[in-house]
Amino acid sequence: MADTMKLHYTVDADDFTVAGEASGAVKKVLKQLGFSSDIIRKVAVAMYECEINMVIHADGGVIDVEITPEKIRMIHSDKGPGIKDIEKAMQEGFSTADEKVRELGFGAGMGLPNMKRYTDEMNITTKIGEGTVVDMTVYVK
Amino acid sequence: MSSENKKEILYHSVRLNEDSCKGCTTCMRYCPTQAIRVQNGKAKIIKEKCIDCGECLRRCPYRAKKVAIDAFDSLSLFKHNVALVAPAFCGQFSKTTDIDVILTGLKKIGFDDVFEVALGAEVITQKTKELLKGGNLPKPVISSACPAVVRLIAVRFPSLKDSIIPLTSPMEASAQMARKKAMEKTGLKSEDIGIFFISPCTAKVTAVKQPLALAKSEVDGVLAVKDVYMRLAQAITSVKDVEKLSYAGREGINWARSGGEAKALGIKNYIAVDGIHNVIRLLEEVEDEKIKNIDFIEALACNSGCTGGPLNVENEFVANSRLRNMAEGIDSPAAECGDLSLLWDKKVEYEPFSPLDKDMGEALKKMQQMEEIYQRLPQLDCGSCGSPSCRDFAEDIVRGKAQERDCIFRLREKIEMLAKEITELGKMIEE
Repeated sequence: MADTMKLHYTVDADDFTVAGEASGAVKKVLKQLGFSSDIIRKVAVAMYECEINMVIHADGGVIDVEITPEKIRMIHSDKGPGIKDIEKAMQEGFSTADEKVRELGFGAGMGLPNMKRYTDEMNITTKIGEGTVVDMTVYVK
Repeated sequence: MSSENKKEILYHSVRLNEDSCKGCTTCMRYCPTQAIRVQNGKAKIIKEKCIDCGECLRRCPYRAKKVAIDAFDSLSLFKHNVALVAPAFCGQFSKTTDIDVILTGLKKIGFDDVFEVALGAEVITQKTKELLKGGNLPKPVISSACPAVVRLIAVRFPSLKDSIIPLTSPMEASAQMARKKAMEKTGLKSEDIGIFFISPCTAKVTAVKQPLALAKSEVDGVLAVKDVYMRLAQAITSVKDVEKLSYAGREGINWARSGGEAKALGIKNYIAVDGIHNVIRLLEEVEDEKIKNIDFIEALACNSGCTGGPLNVENEFVANSRLRNMAEGIDSPAAECGDLSLLWDKKVEYEPFSPLDKDMGEALKKMQQMEEIYQRLPQLDCGSCGSPSCRDFAEDIVRGKAQERDCIFRLREKIEMLAKEITELGKMIEE
């Protein structure tokens, strides 16, 4: 389909300095396309949270973004340890991040709840020892 | 209002002197909003993107960037004129650190009276404290003092436009105070009084000629620090009978330096950022909600604060050192805000540079074309094509403002291909 724009990004592991590069690039594209600031903010915040998670928990991964006039879909795939208890992970303040990460100001347990709050659809597919796919969509109303 | 009409009336204080411009691309490379292109050997400013920060004035090696500013003669247009003196101005002089000497000197070179912008700053500090206490402000709230930053937010950070504190600037507050004082003192009508701001920067000129959040500025004219400096530097060496004219306190004077405004608020969780490129980097993070537990952000476009303004004369670090010492010796109480009107008249609107296409489907197609073009480019961001980066160049091509052959690397590839073809054709003829 001609009016679907596809973008692909790789997120490196253990490097906090590059986390946010993908969400930053997408934000710029959405601004150029003329999406409303509300939509841009939702996408940027949700993507950034997910990117940080990939760095902290999952040895990095890849992000595929699909942009159409109707919606923005972000698929974050990693080959990390998987999420043991999704329900628990969705609770505000719950985090499995270690002390080192917390000292850096991350691991407050707001990542997944924030992603849910800022997107219209969020599906998590996870398998212990194999990885996690977080598939989020923001609709343009 | 259609965007076409808006384009025509968009005012900018930063102008190009075509005769001096050599098309060297320096300004284009430093422009923080990618508002400059070099076409046909001359720099061109894209009005919708320019925020009048003055970075190009500072960088141009040929002094081809100018500020449209009022002439000193315009003082005579009014029966009574008052100089609005910013604290940054007081740090310009190596010969004196006595503010009364500087203010008395201004009265010798043609001003009827003087008024310190630091007093306006103190009033804004007081009002900001009140609003912060009220607890209804977004978190973090961004200072509205630097007009280049306010305009930056209007063109580039739409989601932050409601995070700007809806207060007028120290310049506007002091203009109100100065006018009131002058009317009481002279008995003249408001229109007979000329309030002249001596500006360290280009953005404040624009803020007077075309304010973003006010119906009309209280300032009648703007003069450049460097122009007034020329006349005053000599005059202050021979000032006798120094008048007591300075009333501003330490906190007001400290506004000239980065961090002064924020420190005066007496709060713990603040950020003070200076330099337009640093401001952009920080605002990106604020937009992504990465900045947590911060109540107030002071953001100034110029390095080191207003002393780093492009219309100043003195080195900003020297000026800051001088101002720091000057402020330490002062113990005046802060000014009271009384019945001044310090809130914005209207909201700052998002003024985005036109999107790739009005139709989102078409915009997406163009965006993909852009990506394809970008992949063919050398991605060196050399600027030889006249666009600041390969990405901007790809965008300019899609918008019909540039052609791929403007890239010297792409042109070289084409010439190589043609040369090969000609050689092969030549061989065929020989055979």
